[in-house]
Amino acid sequence: MADQVLTIPDSLSVSPPQIADETFLERLHGWVVTVDHKKLGILYVLYSVFFLFVAGAEALCIRIQLLRAHNHFLSAAVFNRFFTMHGTTMVFLVGMPILFGFANYLIPLMIGARDMAFPRLNAFSFWLTAFGGLLLYFSFIGGFGLYGVGSAPDVGWFAYAPLTARAFSPGHSTDYWALALIVSGFGTLGTAINIIATVLSMRCRGMTLWRMPLFAWLMFVVSGLTLITITPLTAAQIMLLIDRYLGGHFFDTQAGGSAVVWMHFFWIFGHPEVYVLVMPAFAIANEIIPVFSRKAIFGYPAMVAASAAIAFVSLGVWAHHMFTVGMTSVSNAFFTLSTMLVGVPTGIKIFNWVATMWGGRIRFATPMLFCIGFLFQFLLAGLTGIMLSVSPLDWQLHNSYFVIAHFHYVLVGAIVFNIFAAIYYWYPKATGRMLSERLGKWHFWLFLIGFHITFDTMHFLGFMGMPRSIYTFEPDRGWDRLNMIVSIGGFIQGVAVLIFAVNLVWSYYRGQPAGDDPWDAWTLEWATASPPPEYNFATEPVVRSRRPLWDLKHPEDPDWRYEQ
Amino acid sequence: MGIGFLLWTRACFAADTVRPSSPINIFAPASTPASEIYHLTLFVFAITGAMFVVVAGLLCFAVFRFRARKLYEASEPPQIYGSNQIELAWTVIPVLTVVVLFLATARVIFAIQDAPKPPAALDVTVIGHQFWWEYRYPSLGIVTANELHVPLSHLNHPTSTYLRLTSADVDHSFWVPQLAGKTDLIPNRVNEMWIDPQRPGLYLGQCAQFCGVEHAKMLLRVYVDTPEQFTAWVKDQHRPGNQDPSVAAGRRVFETQACMNCHTVTGTAATGRFGPDLTHFMSRSTLAAGAAVNNAANIREWLKSPDHFKQGSLMPAMQLSDQQLDELVAYLSTLH
Repeated sequence: MADQVLTIPDSLSVSPPQIADETFLERLHGWVVTVDHKKLGILYVLYSVFFLFVAGAEALCIRIQLLRAHNHFLSAAVFNRFFTMHGTTMVFLVGMPILFGFANYLIPLMIGARDMAFPRLNAFSFWLTAFGGLLLYFSFIGGFGLYGVGSAPDVGWFAYAPLTARAFSPGHSTDYWALALIVSGFGTLGTAINIIATVLSMRCRGMTLWRMPLFAWLMFVVSGLTLITITPLTAAQIMLLIDRYLGGHFFDTQAGGSAVVWMHFFWIFGHPEVYVLVMPAFAIANEIIPVFSRKAIFGYPAMVAASAAIAFVSLGVWAHHMFTVGMTSVSNAFFTLSTMLVGVPTGIKIFNWVATMWGGRIRFATPMLFCIGFLFQFLLAGLTGIMLSVSPLDWQLHNSYFVIAHFHYVLVGAIVFNIFAAIYYWYPKATGRMLSERLGKWHFWLFLIGFHITFDTMHFLGFMGMPRSIYTFEPDRGWDRLNMIVSIGGFIQGVAVLIFAVNLVWSYYRGQPAGDDPWDAWTLEWATASPPPEYNFATEPVVRSRRPLWDLKHPEDPDWRYEQ
Repeated sequence: MGIGFLLWTRACFAADTVRPSSPINIFAPASTPASEIYHLTLFVFAITGAMFVVVAGLLCFAVFRFRARKLYEASEPPQIYGSNQIELAWTVIPVLTVVVLFLATARVIFAIQDAPKPPAALDVTVIGHQFWWEYRYPSLGIVTANELHVPLSHLNHPTSTYLRLTSADVDHSFWVPQLAGKTDLIPNRVNEMWIDPQRPGLYLGQCAQFCGVEHAKMLLRVYVDTPEQFTAWVKDQHRPGNQDPSVAAGRRVFETQACMNCHTVTGTAATGRFGPDLTHFMSRSTLAAGAAVNNAANIREWLKSPDHFKQGSLMPAMQLSDQQLDELVAYLSTLH
């Protein structure tokens, strides 16, 4: 226990050394060889934002092609490449790296450490992930395909066997896909190990596990889940390459292999992957909602327990992606039940966030706006998830635009909204300048409106029988008007993201100086300078509760009086 | 909101559901599996809709009621760290909801998947190909493609159709929303589904599992025939391929170029199995798995350049001369 309390402002008294004039090359060299968790965190975020623009552009090309029936903007082959690359990029080169980037930047600061447990592994992991992404995109110029096969991967981000067999996918596009995911997968594993070690061994004095910020807790759970789920994916990729080049028959149906085995491997990775992506979004909400509601998080132990429960249950739901492959009725019933059960801990989280806001004084700064959007959309995404867990309903809606709408509600409506919230919230810490609130509000409202125009409409297309992955559709199906609306919403989101990009650049040079603690927040990262010095804290902080800065600001009513 | 979805789609398509070529819609079921799912959907919408109203209501109320009047107020609100009773309540209520939803779902799963097969049921084998559908009626000795004909069924004496689904190459999925949910066609595996359509007419659908370049044009048409229509159709399909001597030139093109390597015309030397059976080609209203209307002009375009209708179709452009094309179109047009 912390019998003597080193006051946290001690760490503030040391201002970051002003770096003397460095040449551009010296600064670049500094970024390339860095093992500083903050620089690596920023590299992760910049890298992901870059690919967010790339994959977003691919999505807009897809939407132009689907503006009307029998459109000729993209050929079938190019369309298939674009939706494959859009999905693969968003999951592996945007979602995971940006969330691990936040973890990298924030966890050591939040737990009062000087760096991650393994700084060199950290740098290695980042560069693996980065080169994995470049390898994937090199396929556009390097992956010579045969006629109609194309260059970039075009087998869907789920890459169902046996479409990936050499008989159906000659050329090297599928190899680029598999190798890129293996390489970036190893990077992800390294980061996950690093986060687990950091959380377990690098916490400052007084910070027991029960006093750790929920952000660190959730990232800890996510890292454990990542270790379990990336492994089968990597195994499956290696099996695929063995099939393709060493005469293996794991998924080669023409030689007695099984297409269904690939689905099991892929989804036992793929479903927990959704939680690997969404739990960092929860982690962000757990930090932002309390600060902007001016209240402690409601039910901290329940939030931790619910996260662990989600991680555990999520390992037993993968076959709900396979309700249509002809499983027995008992299996279908089992996976219906296990999937519905995820809703219980998820519900607890939503209720606890609402309870945190209840009785507070909610400040509608841009980070909070995005978090409120997240809450609303995540609620709807959860409910459409319940609908899809009902396996007979899934027999209708599986692989339809309803499913596209559902998972974009999770991935964009929940995760991307919270990624934006996190960037607005922590940008001042990382750069020392505030993002423009005015541009932020434009970004938020345009993105919200565009999001709902696009993805609400997609649900209806699913009811009307429009399957996913089709590069065009027949005029007699009656899908024209709704597809036009979906595309218009997509472009509104595109404009919003451009405003965001302008905001990022403009505020870096012209934003208001942030100060150390612009949001009047409570976790340790706000106790040091913005941007933090390389060593984070001049002296090791000592904490006595979950909200050390609250204790400091309210000595008459500190948290540790109420926490066990 | 679920109910809203539903009313909206009902309102848009209520008038269309009896017409052939009606827009597809999962809320206009015409067969028992689809209508079982439809009724379960209403129930699920009611429950999730109620949950949405309650939670979104609380959220909106909290956001509105507890907004800060000024951006930065000096005093902080009372700090509340949690409440075991309240948290227990919002754990137990969702658990009970899950139990109810699961029981309702399980009933429908078993009712559809484990339904006893009626003795009068018709068997059809469906084989998925890149990018078309092969249908084989083993009990009737019929082989056809892309346009499935099934008999009308009555609730009292069901003449259901049982589909045995498999694939010749990659994964596909059979989905006609108004008749049943989808089932995948997977190579090296046989899946089964059944339909008992109760309204005659044409039902549309398409492949619902990404299967390669032309996945988008692997379209499905299911004709539900009255007993008389079905008997007549079966009789037509039993006739051997037409061998009209007036189109012998076209037949010669068919048999001397590569056509016969992939296509069958019963009663001739053409016995290829890679492409659709063409014995009764003209009995189908579309060609290229629904990519174009089946008429002489389209057939000619299709033979000349398959990419015109279907960019990644596996049918090669055979580089025929204009005369050969005319003869071939004339021959194919006689295959009733």
